[in-house]
Amino acid sequence: MNDLAAAAPAAACTPATFKSAVKPVWCPGCGDYSVLSAITKALAMIGRPPHEVGVVSGIGCSSRIPAYTSCYGFHGVHGRSLAAATGLKVARPDLTVIVTGGDGDGYSIGGNHFLHACRRNVDLTYIVMDNHVYGMTKGQPSPTTEPDWDSKLAPGGTKIRVFHPMVVALAAGANFVARAFAGDPNGTAAVIAQAIRHPGFSFVEILSPCVTFRPEQKEWKSIVRPASAEATDDPALAARRVMSDDGLNIGVLYAGNRPCYRLNDGSAASNVTDLEMEFRV
Amino acid sequence: MKPTAPTTVEEFMAQAYAMELEAQQRYADLADAMEMHNNREAAELFRKMVVIEGKHAAQIMAEMGWKAPPANAVAPAWEGFDSAEQVPVDDVHYLMRPWHALQLALAAEQRAARFFAELAMTAKDESVRKAAIELRDEELEHVELVRAWMAKVPQPEKDWAEDPDPPRYDD
Repeated sequence: MNDLAAAAPAAACTPATFKSAVKPVWCPGCGDYSVLSAITKALAMIGRPPHEVGVVSGIGCSSRIPAYTSCYGFHGVHGRSLAAATGLKVARPDLTVIVTGGDGDGYSIGGNHFLHACRRNVDLTYIVMDNHVYGMTKGQPSPTTEPDWDSKLAPGGTKIRVFHPMVVALAAGANFVARAFAGDPNGTAAVIAQAIRHPGFSFVEILSPCVTFRPEQKEWKSIVRPASAEATDDPALAARRVMSDDGLNIGVLYAGNRPCYRLNDGSAASNVTDLEMEFRV
Repeated sequence: MKPTAPTTVEEFMAQAYAMELEAQQRYADLADAMEMHNNREAAELFRKMVVIEGKHAAQIMAEMGWKAPPANAVAPAWEGFDSAEQVPVDDVHYLMRPWHALQLALAAEQRAARFFAELAMTAKDESVRKAAIELRDEELEHVELVRAWMAKVPQPEKDWAEDPDPPRYDD
């Protein structure tokens, strides 16, 4: 039994069990505090101890989350969190694997990994804290930044069409797609728990305000609202719904039933000796 | 939105206990954030609020004679997504003064008093209604205590948010 296992028997898990002693360095007021709180609440709901959970991230403010949890963590390369997490889950299917990051890391630098992670449908939960900006590097526009968002770094706006992550996820084959709001930590925790329990690739897009570079996002708390429609298992219907909303409906949009990717079909080497045999020339 | 009143005192007090814990956790998060940004005065004040909310939670445990915290108790969202006694996570600033922190605490206590007042009006069970009135009165006492505390704390200077090296340059 390792140190993590000794520290937290499953029966005693509370949200505090999943918090590490490392304190977040985010700006006071940042939405990511609430997302961290929601993740720890969701893990307590799931009931698996920290040593049975892996949290993987890339680079950015929100990608600091693995350090703030007591689970196994991997703070990886920019945009490559899904590749690392896929490897972890395939090698250790017994673990619950959660991937965290932001819109820049996931939709720009890691955009291609995002598409193929949806396609592969490995049993992962991908949580993106979307604040429509690169916060850590001082406020450059990200793929989800509005084309007319004027800033010192993009005077007059980028004039570039926004990336629509939920539609892309549906089109690429994600098996669970939801939107949540950081200002609703209990609702977000419930959505994350549902995403973890749902087999296959689960994608949770979380509106997480950046109070420093996008202070106007503080308004989100008065305008986001629960979606009026129930989740569907029809990706075309889900895509129509999300394409026609204003980006502020929260809740589970799509819960599909595609079988998730499994490596272990008997053809793979099960030990190092067999693996060496396969590579012998 | 009118809160839905629990049907038993046990259920009602479990909800009140969860509200105190959520408020306590939020203050703890804010204290950590302020410490991290070297705002020690605001951190210290939030830390005091952590202790106070913890005492309120312990008081509920003692009054109810509970040996262990109630399982699965949930603090209902009210007037937004947070529970009534939680300070909004985004209403803080890294340069805020203790007075601002008390202003947030005051608003939270007032919200909690309104919540219990509403609950008392909607409760169908007489014992739940009485318990709600009792907690409303306690929250009103806390409102007065925070007001008295605020009177002793200096009001912030006009330029309290001026930072010679701000994280964001607009000009």
